[in-house]
Amino acid sequence: MGMLIARRLAFMVFVLWGITLVTFFLSRVVPGDPARLLAGPQASPAEVAHLARFYGLDDPLIVQYAHYLRNLLHGDLGFSFVTRRNVRTDIATFLPATIELAGYALVVGFVLAIVTGTVAAYRQGTSADAAGRLSAIAGLSLPVFWMALLLQLLFHTELGWLPLGGRLDPSVTPPPHITGLLTVDSLLTGNFATFINAVEHLVLPVVVLAAGVYGLMVRIMRTSVLDSLGEEYVRTAEAKGLSRWRVLRRHVLRNAMLPAVTVLGLEFGLLAAGVFVVESVFQWPGLGNYAFQAIQANDYNATMGATLVIAVLYVVINLIVDIVYLYLDPRIRYA
Amino acid sequence: MTGQMPRPPDPVRMTGEVTADPGRLTGAAASRWRRAPGTVEPFLAESRLNVAGVVIVALVLLLAVFGPAIAPQNPDQINLFAVLQPPSVHHWFGTDNLGRDLFSRVLVGTRISVEVAVIILSLSVLFGTALGIVSGLAGGLADEIVMRVTDLFLAFPGFILAAAIAATLGPSLQHTVLALAVVFWPWYTRLIRGQVLSLREREFILAARVARAGTIWIATRHVARNVLSILVVQVSLDVGYAILATSSLSFLGLGAQPPSPEWGAIIAEGRGYIQTAWWWSTFAGIALALTVLGFNLLGDGLRDWIDPRLRGSIGGLQE
Repeated sequence: MGMLIARRLAFMVFVLWGITLVTFFLSRVVPGDPARLLAGPQASPAEVAHLARFYGLDDPLIVQYAHYLRNLLHGDLGFSFVTRRNVRTDIATFLPATIELAGYALVVGFVLAIVTGTVAAYRQGTSADAAGRLSAIAGLSLPVFWMALLLQLLFHTELGWLPLGGRLDPSVTPPPHITGLLTVDSLLTGNFATFINAVEHLVLPVVVLAAGVYGLMVRIMRTSVLDSLGEEYVRTAEAKGLSRWRVLRRHVLRNAMLPAVTVLGLEFGLLAAGVFVVESVFQWPGLGNYAFQAIQANDYNATMGATLVIAVLYVVINLIVDIVYLYLDPRIRYA
Repeated sequence: MTGQMPRPPDPVRMTGEVTADPGRLTGAAASRWRRAPGTVEPFLAESRLNVAGVVIVALVLLLAVFGPAIAPQNPDQINLFAVLQPPSVHHWFGTDNLGRDLFSRVLVGTRISVEVAVIILSLSVLFGTALGIVSGLAGGLADEIVMRVTDLFLAFPGFILAAAIAATLGPSLQHTVLALAVVFWPWYTRLIRGQVLSLREREFILAARVARAGTIWIATRHVARNVLSILVVQVSLDVGYAILATSSLSFLGLGAQPPSPEWGAIIAEGRGYIQTAWWWSTFAGIALALTVLGFNLLGDGLRDWIDPRLRGSIGGLQE
């Protein structure tokens, strides 16, 4: 098992290196002059050239890449030409907002999917089953950005129940920074008004993001509950006269959760794409929005930093999922 | 509460299907398949959702072919005397800020979305499948290299990569198509390689090898035919996603550019007017959502119908 984890770690390093390679050369073939961007429209050619020399932008690509890797190993992601701050600082600022958004979406989508998937399995072949399947496919089919616009129209413009976007109303003072998650920080400091405000801002983006998580998960839960229901240990538990709820909770769900864990990696990919779009529509000051703006502005370092962080999270989460799976399923461990 | 529990009506089908020889179908699945060739009836009879999927997809394909011909107006025709008109008899989906007929634009947009999906999937299926077959048959170092490269691509959230590529190449529909094809192919390579690895050891391939058949002959003659059905399922599942991803990129401004009536682009244009002209983004969104739903229903139905447990042996082997 240790061997397996070591192999995965080695692979992780390879993947991360590959990603730096791909994003680096991808971002440098773009026509565009970051030195000009940095210097501003009024700068003279001499000033632009000076800046280019200062940041090493006129070096050969391979030299620039070597510089980048060396800095990266020291934890330095470079300087954003747009925000004019260190990319690492930027990411530290924006990442918690994304984690908060994606975290709630994951939980909401997961819980709903467990309920629907279980009901669908118990009622296999009925119209409840078909409704569950339709809702799951719809969750994956509805365009995230379009749903977001319609929900904004309904709940903000028409009903006036929920805010249009952002994390907090401009009039609300953010809670002191503890975890960076506004709902957590406001509760920790006992600031309930801020907490409510943060939750109100979370509702729409979380719903939109959770739809995809739900759609992907329902089918897996359904199949895996069906599998459990066909197992001998469930028959035994029933034969012992255990209540239906107890059989469900102790025997069926516990085993059915196993395949669900493996999909977490897939869910992350889905969330990453969703966050990118949702943050843009809801003006959510997170990593997705940051990456999107960086891509548009041709801001090399910010683009690479954001994609690297997303990739690292992705790879790490998949590694954790694998390790958790090893622990949960001894058959794999000893195979 | 008693211990009585509603059991799935056919637990055997879900759990007991995998037999010692996965190449042979047994029981219900086999008889279902034997009934199947050449007819869609059993598939439609399986679920009403399958019918819905087939109907929607057929309608979308029809509109993709005939949409531009039956569109009541030129989708790019500007009419400043009829700007931002709500839906009416003359303009079923209303008009936009330039007075263009949104019904015609959405109709013409159908062809764009279908075309885009066809191109993206053709590129990635052709490239991915060829590489998968070669990698699976060749083995050794070539296989190792191909697999590590696909690992690299799969370890990366596809949509972000596609967005970065599209932005790098410059926003246009063509570049979006290319970017998404770059993201899609590794999935096909993995899928097909897995199939090939299990096929490789089967008697008829071994026999072909003994008969001194060349790798290319085996690949085209024996392997390609046997991976076809699984490929059909996967493609039908991916069409919806390809359309959705293209529209998302267009919505973000990284894909189709105005005045293209691509659905994502229409929704993006209408976004600023959502409070005063709700119809602008709404109808294009409904068209997009229904189209993706139709393809997903079809793909999902096909996958269910061809039991996922039996992947790799769908329909028996054709030797």
